Amino acid sequence: MNILDYLKEHIVYLDGGMGTLLQAEGLQPGEEPERWNLTHPEVIIRLQKAYFDAGTNIINTNTFGANLLHFSEEELEEIIQAAIANARAAAAASSGKQEKFVALDIGPSGKLLKPYGDFDFEEAVAVFAATVRLGVKYGADLIFIETMNDSYETKAALLAAKENADLPVFVSNAYGEDGKLMTGASPAAMVALLEGMGADAIGVNCSLGPKALSPIVAEYLEKASVPVLLKPNAGLPREVAGKTVFDVLPEEFSEDVAALVQQGVRIVGGCCGTTPAYLSAVVEKTADATPLPLVEKNITCVSSYTHAVEFGASPILIGERINPTGKKRLKQALLENDVDYILQEGLSQQEKGVQILDVNVGLPEVEEAALLQKLCFELQAIIDLPLQIDTSDPVAMEQALRRYNGKAMINSVNGKEESMRAIFPLVKKYGGLVVALTLDEEGIPATAAGRVAIAEKILHTAEEYGISKKDIIFDTLAMAISADPRAAKATVDALDEIRHRLGCHTSLGVSNVSFGLPQRDVINSTFFTIALEHGLSAAILNPFSVDMMKAYHGYRALHGLDTNCAEYIDFASQQLPVAAQTVAQPSVKQEGEAFASQLQKAVVKGLKEQAGELTAQLLMEREPLAIVQEEIIPALDIVGKGYEEKTVYLPQLLMAAEAAKSAFEKIKGAVVSQNGGSTAKCGFVLATVRGDIHDIGKNIVKLLLENYGFAVADLGRDVPPEEIVAEVKRQHAPLCGLSALMTTTVPAMEETIRLLREEAPWCKVVVGGAVLNQEYADRIGADKYAKDAMESVRYADAVFSELEQAKQV
Amino acid sequence: MIRRKRYAAPPIQRQECLRYAGCRQDAAAEEKQLLEECLQEIDGRLTYQVCWERFPIQCTENGMDLGFATVASAGLQKNLEGAEEILLFAATIGLEMDRAIRRYTNLSPAKALFFQAIGAERIESLCDAFCEEQAAALQAEGSFLKPRFSPGYGDLPLALQKDIFRVLDCPRQIGLTLNESLLMSPSKSVTAIVGITKEERKVKEKKSCSVCQKKDCAFRG
Repeated sequence: MNILDYLKEHIVYLDGGMGTLLQAEGLQPGEEPERWNLTHPEVIIRLQKAYFDAGTNIINTNTFGANLLHFSEEELEEIIQAAIANARAAAAASSGKQEKFVALDIGPSGKLLKPYGDFDFEEAVAVFAATVRLGVKYGADLIFIETMNDSYETKAALLAAKENADLPVFVSNAYGEDGKLMTGASPAAMVALLEGMGADAIGVNCSLGPKALSPIVAEYLEKASVPVLLKPNAGLPREVAGKTVFDVLPEEFSEDVAALVQQGVRIVGGCCGTTPAYLSAVVEKTADATPLPLVEKNITCVSSYTHAVEFGASPILIGERINPTGKKRLKQALLENDVDYILQEGLSQQEKGVQILDVNVGLPEVEEAALLQKLCFELQAIIDLPLQIDTSDPVAMEQALRRYNGKAMINSVNGKEESMRAIFPLVKKYGGLVVALTLDEEGIPATAAGRVAIAEKILHTAEEYGISKKDIIFDTLAMAISADPRAAKATVDALDEIRHRLGCHTSLGVSNVSFGLPQRDVINSTFFTIALEHGLSAAILNPFSVDMMKAYHGYRALHGLDTNCAEYIDFASQQLPVAAQTVAQPSVKQEGEAFASQLQKAVVKGLKEQAGELTAQLLMEREPLAIVQEEIIPALDIVGKGYEEKTVYLPQLLMAAEAAKSAFEKIKGAVVSQNGGSTAKCGFVLATVRGDIHDIGKNIVKLLLENYGFAVADLGRDVPPEEIVAEVKRQHAPLCGLSALMTTTVPAMEETIRLLREEAPWCKVVVGGAVLNQEYADRIGADKYAKDAMESVRYADAVFSELEQAKQV
Repeated sequence: MIRRKRYAAPPIQRQECLRYAGCRQDAAAEEKQLLEECLQEIDGRLTYQVCWERFPIQCTENGMDLGFATVASAGLQKNLEGAEEILLFAATIGLEMDRAIRRYTNLSPAKALFFQAIGAERIESLCDAFCEEQAAALQAEGSFLKPRFSPGYGDLPLALQKDIFRVLDCPRQIGLTLNESLLMSPSKSVTAIVGITKEERKVKEKKSCSVCQKKDCAFRG
């Protein structure tokens, strides 16, 4: 019998602790338990038989850490073959009459994935895939991924299982006392991710006892539409007279587990500290229980690596600003690979209250697939909002979805056969909530009825791909009322019918409606309100539009979605000042310090916002470059000199540099809108060398170089020599800066310099970092050793001046 | 047996944070304000976790047998003088601090610097809290703790991290991982060896910089 068929009618019993039992049999601390499949098969078979005798249906093979990180290919194959054979032998030896299955057990790799660790997502997939293929080869009945405490690694393991086996997959995560995974995911976020990717059963194991895990289990039962599993510890370990004991005994354990079965858990067992006695007690206490029927929860949601965002009564805001269409400054950032600017756009939208970020990098000049994947990765490193991946290129869509940490929003599919054929398989494989546009080969129907008909066609086709309607959200396409006065009504009527008759959620890019009209926010916000009244679930909008945010907060307050109107009050007091505020003017003379101007003072004092605002004011009267030369650079020189003379310390230097950067951002905006040109002096390629992940110093150098007008190409950390050389050659950069903190990575620096000399002999190389000194720098052939960031700037300026003089001659 | 515990946040030592950030004794008002801003932002997001185990130790021809590995290190040997047992522990304040640092690395390097400093202060305070708690418990059996010593101090090789991670099962116990360069993620984490003696220290062996070979360190006391 297939385990999934058995599961439909029965409570399924798992096994209990293995590690603790093996230690009792003599496994030494730090010894690999997986080797015991080969060296002590009789022990493994005896322990697993005891579980089968106690009533276990599914034995997990003794392969928790059996992967290529710990074993060679040959040994791994021997271990997995033996582990499955041992479990089969235990099943055969047991007198238990129940159905028996053998699950290939997969535990975490023990490494942390990028960006916070050094383990690449695809490497992780490959490591798990090797184990999965061996499990299939030697005849496991299912795959059991367990004790995962990171959402991203869980996704890698599940993806490996799905891509390399047709077997059922159960996935179990280990939560901390705070009810989250170590890397931050909530149960709801994990349910979204795992159900989206097609896990057959999901749940919780290890960490705590059944009582302590019950709130987490309750959240699983509330959110999950697939069977929920539970494999708790026997409470917490204590030491009594030199022996390890767990504080929850079989009686209490089985009562607690039985209570959770009553609430709907269908698959139960034990983890650390539990023994066959615990399982016997659980089986006995639940013998008469019939599994509660599975209920489809119909939750429409997306998730990030921390939380899920559910679509329901309260409208969801999707920030639209990471999209180059009609945004010159963002377009320039994409072309210049200016990731910081884009991250800042993401953060400031989050501050304004959006719950999801749309990400679109579609420009003919860029390689969209690579850039989209990279930006999603960078955004996910620092922002915990779910992303809406927005591209018309299915290849780019797949690459971004594959590496996305969570369940993404997918923008978009439409009623064209070709579109559905390309997108639906991706939704099925990677999970996701897909935005479906109500248009097809014939274009956008003018009537609501026409759009609803397309929606029905899309739902029907999705069903053929095994995608349920909760994972589809319809966009009934806002059209310009300046072109057709009935356009808004058609859009709203269609979304009303889709929301209320078809029972699907809806989303709109609201602002198209006002195209061609003046004061567009008036029309947009009114239209937004009307759409919300007709059941709009989400809107893609600019959260900096005060009118739109007024409509949003007003709607929520009026519909009782905002408890005590707290968010509205907060919005009204923070965002809607009574009168326009004027910039607080720092007095120029104070504390005996004299500054040539207010802007200079703001920069020197590190007052970021003031520096930006004062620059914006100055730009109304003076040329951008004059402000740089006469105000910002002199201010930076004051701070830089102070730093060199040790009257100014690092925090102040950084704060001043940031204030200058915010002034430069205004300058850059002005220059871009004037002529699309650039203010840069010359290129400067910067990197922390291969093998080194320290980048504090490098980032300070970058900031100061940018302040002084260099176009810095920051390649990041752990950068191979070839990549650095390629970038220097690509832009014929006259300067390259290399950083290293550890002695072990100085050779990588030396190799980089050697390669630069061969392939880019024009380039001056400046090196720095904690382990370097003049002697090392000379030995590895650098042009310059800079002891700190200011010295790098001085050197770069000198090189740049020489180049300029050479040009004049 | 490996033990594991989650701790409440130890009290913040603001002066230490400012010192780690490289501020002067009398930090400027702007610096103090930025520190407060950062403290507020990270408030409630850190998880203070420690896992540990006790081992008997002895000197052998090849160096110190620590019960889980044998290592040759004059610095450690001196540190463990008089000890027959050790506490081996790993502590972390979790990944959220790394996220905060990365969030501001390019967007606000000054804030990133302060988060680095707060992270250093937090993990040190956690280690202090853990050691104080253990010392109090050991006093009941008439034992005392020596100052802690970590891989990378003096001549104690960083490679010992591999053995520590293997024996303490750090990824599973407290979500702490080791990368190929033997650095830890989350980065604000500490592994250390603490000697257990039967004799109370006569002179208070304060955390001393004298064992460290980095003579040009700005923080050298």
